[in-house]
Amino acid sequence: MLRARLRGYAVAWFFLAPALLLFTYFKFIPMARAIEMSFYEVRPFLGDRWVGGANYETVVTSDDVLAALGHTLVFAVLGTFGSIVLGLLLALLLEGTARHLWFIRTVVFLPTVAAGAVVAEVWRILYYPAPEGTVNSVLAWVGLGPSQFLNASDSALPSILAVIVWHGAPYNMMIFLAGLAGVDRSLYEAAAADGASIPRRIWHITLPALRPVFAILFTLAALRGLRIFTEVYLLTNGGPDSSTETLMTLIYKLGLERNELGVAAAGSVLLLLATAVLTLAVQAARRREATS
Amino acid sequence: MKASGRTDTALGLGTPRGPVAALTKILVYAMLVAVFAGPLIAVLVSSLDRVTDPTKLSFIPRHFTFDSYRVAFDRGVFKYLLNSLVVVGGGLLLQVLVSVSAAYALARKRFPGARLVLLLILSTMMLPEEVLAIPLSLILGDLPVLHVSLLNSLVGMIVPVGAWGMSILVMTEFMKEIPIELEEAARIDGAGEFRLFWSVVLPLCRPALGVIGIFGFNMIWDQYMLPLLVARDSAQYTLSLALRTLRDDPEVGIGVLLAGSVLALLPSIVVFLSFQRQFMRGLTSGAIKG
Repeated sequence: MLRARLRGYAVAWFFLAPALLLFTYFKFIPMARAIEMSFYEVRPFLGDRWVGGANYETVVTSDDVLAALGHTLVFAVLGTFGSIVLGLLLALLLEGTARHLWFIRTVVFLPTVAAGAVVAEVWRILYYPAPEGTVNSVLAWVGLGPSQFLNASDSALPSILAVIVWHGAPYNMMIFLAGLAGVDRSLYEAAAADGASIPRRIWHITLPALRPVFAILFTLAALRGLRIFTEVYLLTNGGPDSSTETLMTLIYKLGLERNELGVAAAGSVLLLLATAVLTLAVQAARRREATS
Repeated sequence: MKASGRTDTALGLGTPRGPVAALTKILVYAMLVAVFAGPLIAVLVSSLDRVTDPTKLSFIPRHFTFDSYRVAFDRGVFKYLLNSLVVVGGGLLLQVLVSVSAAYALARKRFPGARLVLLLILSTMMLPEEVLAIPLSLILGDLPVLHVSLLNSLVGMIVPVGAWGMSILVMTEFMKEIPIELEEAARIDGAGEFRLFWSVVLPLCRPALGVIGIFGFNMIWDQYMLPLLVARDSAQYTLSLALRTLRDDPEVGIGVLLAGSVLALLPSIVVFLSFQRQFMRGLTSGAIKG
């Protein structure tokens, strides 16, 4: 009996082994290494030198890092906000069972399945900063522009932000649509019978029903925003004049271009902490909401 | 404000009443399609047109030609595409096998430490891979214990994507639903542990395999940081990485970049369109349950 049970345990661990091995190698060891490195001046071939909290001090006092933190927060907050609002708007407009709606939803969703690197290259072309550039031509039709887009330090950040919202909103739309499908139709009927206007209907019926969806989307989008890398790296690589530098592009430059591995690791650890705190905070808020 | 009689959707936009409403609706749809699909269509059409400067993307091809693709293939785009396909194929196969195997243990076995393992897997979902890039690049250069380097090889882009928390969790949830009676019946018939896993449980998981397959594909195809860390010279570039080097090709202007972008775009679109149903199911089950 005991042998059979032990055999069962062994079988379980046998099936878990590949996943645990890969996680250990590519998640847990790197994380431990990041924490370790963050306290050292990392010198390949010469041996690492213990520096205590100096790397962290460098990180939190460096103007570059603070500016990058600011841009990262702008991307995370406005990117999250923009893609959620636009996603909700799209979902409300495209809700329904008609076949043409299904088609338009599919088309609108396409940007989201495209890889970040492709999206970035496509928008680099569209954003061509001459008056004849594609987006500038479109803006000219409505009497706007021309803009320098990625080439000027005041327009680069909003330009990247627009790409992030364009790429992310359709994903949120799909999740909102799933949430909308769960709304009780009889509530709408009752509201219509009472003569409630559409805005009132959305405010009092639809939005409350979508609350759990909002919580999830906020977490997902905020986490995505904090670690944004590919789009910025390819669109501006932090320029012009560091006006779009984010924590991840800066950490990448520190670590792999300037070889300041210890400082880069300290930055990574802080970003990791921010991610963990954010996730746990939202989880806790959700749990409180579920029990109340 | 006038009350809306339609109650099937939040906005109550059913069959529009009157030509103005219908026209507005068509205009709104056209604008949405233009904004979201327009850029992709412009890239596709322009890649088939004779484009030399980036200010003249076309929506209607004026001089239809495959020149951009021809030059792109001369510049090694086929090799990059092949690299991408090897990475996504190998990575996906590994990821599905690893996820299914781990999910089998988590969903069908009771053992001490199961909760801890689940917690560990959840915690990995809070570890964004970008944030771990710097230490990961060192570890890939010298794997602890084994002391081999995965840098400079496609294997280095495949193995790290093998374990993905989300795909394990989706699979675990699905496997929990399989009735225990099936397992007992197979045991009475003398099926061993591996047979039970491979011939009884796995075939029942086909719908979930579709879900984790398409999500895994998207996740691996979207990888940028990992190939950037692993590839040391252009022989190991994936198509995504290579796009950056195709930017300024003098022979066809930006045509090469356009052709490369289309080739990097098509697989994700084809996979999405073919597995849409599974994708939607995964999106909602993964997200709404949280």
